Amino acid sequence: MNTHADIPRRYTTDDLAQPFAALRSAAAAVWNPLNSLLEWFGELGMFIWQILRSTFRRPFEGLELLRQLDEVGSKSLPMVAMAGAAIGAVLALESRHSLIQFGAKSLLPAAVVFSIIHETGPVITALVVCGRVGAGIGAELGSMKVTEQIDAIEASGVNAYKLLAFTRIVACILMMPLLTLAADFCGILTGWIANTLAEPIAFHKFIHAGFAGTGFSDFLAPTFRTMVFGLIIGVIACFQGMRSQGGTEGVGRSATSAVVLSSLFVMLADVILVKLILVFFP
Amino acid sequence: MIVPVPAPTVTPPEAKRGEKLPAPISVKQVGAKPATADQASSGPAMIVQGLHKSYGEQKVLNGLDLKVGSGQTVAVLGRSGTGKSVLLRLIIGLQKPDAGTIQIQGQEITNANLEQMNEIRKKMGFLFQHAALYDSLTVEANVAFPLRRHTEMTAAQRSERVQELLASVGMEADLQKMPSDISGGMQKRVGLARALALEPGILLLDEPTAGLDPITSGEIDELILKLQEEREVASIVVTHDLHSAKVIADRIVLLHEGNAVIEGTYEELEKSTDEFVAEFFKRDS
Repeated sequence: MNTHADIPRRYTTDDLAQPFAALRSAAAAVWNPLNSLLEWFGELGMFIWQILRSTFRRPFEGLELLRQLDEVGSKSLPMVAMAGAAIGAVLALESRHSLIQFGAKSLLPAAVVFSIIHETGPVITALVVCGRVGAGIGAELGSMKVTEQIDAIEASGVNAYKLLAFTRIVACILMMPLLTLAADFCGILTGWIANTLAEPIAFHKFIHAGFAGTGFSDFLAPTFRTMVFGLIIGVIACFQGMRSQGGTEGVGRSATSAVVLSSLFVMLADVILVKLILVFFP
Repeated sequence: MIVPVPAPTVTPPEAKRGEKLPAPISVKQVGAKPATADQASSGPAMIVQGLHKSYGEQKVLNGLDLKVGSGQTVAVLGRSGTGKSVLLRLIIGLQKPDAGTIQIQGQEITNANLEQMNEIRKKMGFLFQHAALYDSLTVEANVAFPLRRHTEMTAAQRSERVQELLASVGMEADLQKMPSDISGGMQKRVGLARALALEPGILLLDEPTAGLDPITSGEIDELILKLQEEREVASIVVTHDLHSAKVIADRIVLLHEGNAVIEGTYEELEKSTDEFVAEFFKRDS
């Protein structure tokens, strides 16, 4: 006896709709974040182009640049110095313990100096500046954006990219190596203090031993790579601030994303730059 | 549907004539030419033709046409979200239209680059809805900002000019205050003084009396009338304040769904039989 179950079922368009809908939502789940990411990079590229276009045109915004040098440099100095000092002391304490185990205690000054000037000093400085300056720029420009102050600057015939972004980016680029020097100095100083507390050693002897195997290139390349960190911090913080939307919540988002993204890009840049430095300054 | 209304003969409304506005600054001092009687006779200060602007699916302006002659004040009315403020932002070049043209004193601006646009902007003054004063600068520094950027005035000349401008809006006593220390109405006055700093030939005012008490609103209306009379300034005033529009505007344009549904004097619009226009004016009365 034939039953309905024996009759082959005819497929309709409704049967196809469900898998297609699932496929569409899966594609959207992949495409939407990718699209946002591409949009973000596109807008960043246009932002950088606007700044580059204005770089060599008058006015050069000297007064605003000076103000920003003070804001980024002098006002970050205490925090950078403290961070450098803390890292120097910790490095000395940790390394001492390890080096004693391997019978290489005499290498402690070199280990502290080398570590600080090569990696710890520049990276710690960059991260402190990301936090202090990046958040400050993101919040300040974000607040100016949502209260139409940036529009007011443009409406009065002034290039807001130059006045607000260019000056802050240049200040970050110029101040980063100087702040790194301060962090390096404080780190080496506290490294010596930490070492001296355990086993007294004269400062000049510590410095002599520390810099014995260190050439000028060991110092120059790592310090000046912080200019690239400064560029990244300045560009990302200004960009996130100037595209801020949505009132006070938007300002908060700009400040946070300025810190998070600039820290992330500094880390990525560090990996690439270390490799390049090793290639060009073996 | 556009209800055609014959072009009105300009009849400046009655207003008190108080203190004089500050003397015009010289062309040498400012990059932009101040408005002159010649400009008044040389054609419209602003011509907007076929202006379209959309945000995603939402059409905000849909082929808007508008002409403003030198010395004329046009009030733009309409429901919230009909593109009134967007129109001002397109004219000052803060946003680009999707289609259409905008001519400022005979110069087409929709394809202008940033440098050209900045030169054109010096001829225009813009009062933002919430004044948009620079919150890190004092009242004095806010008004001095355009002068410092675009003129070769000495500090003393600049200071004198700022005092004149602030006196003309009744804010001369608050030079050293920060924007956060003054009321919304006072901020608007300072914003207006800043917009007037470069002697613009064109003024764009975005809700100049919104949120203000009737007395302050009246004072701002008076100031706009004085500018109209003494300096032949062409103005577009975006407002929801029908009384203010009646007092200051030579013509009123009513926007609906991205286009002008009617244009004429207050009296002409008041008598209109168009359903939307009648509803708009009935609410106010």
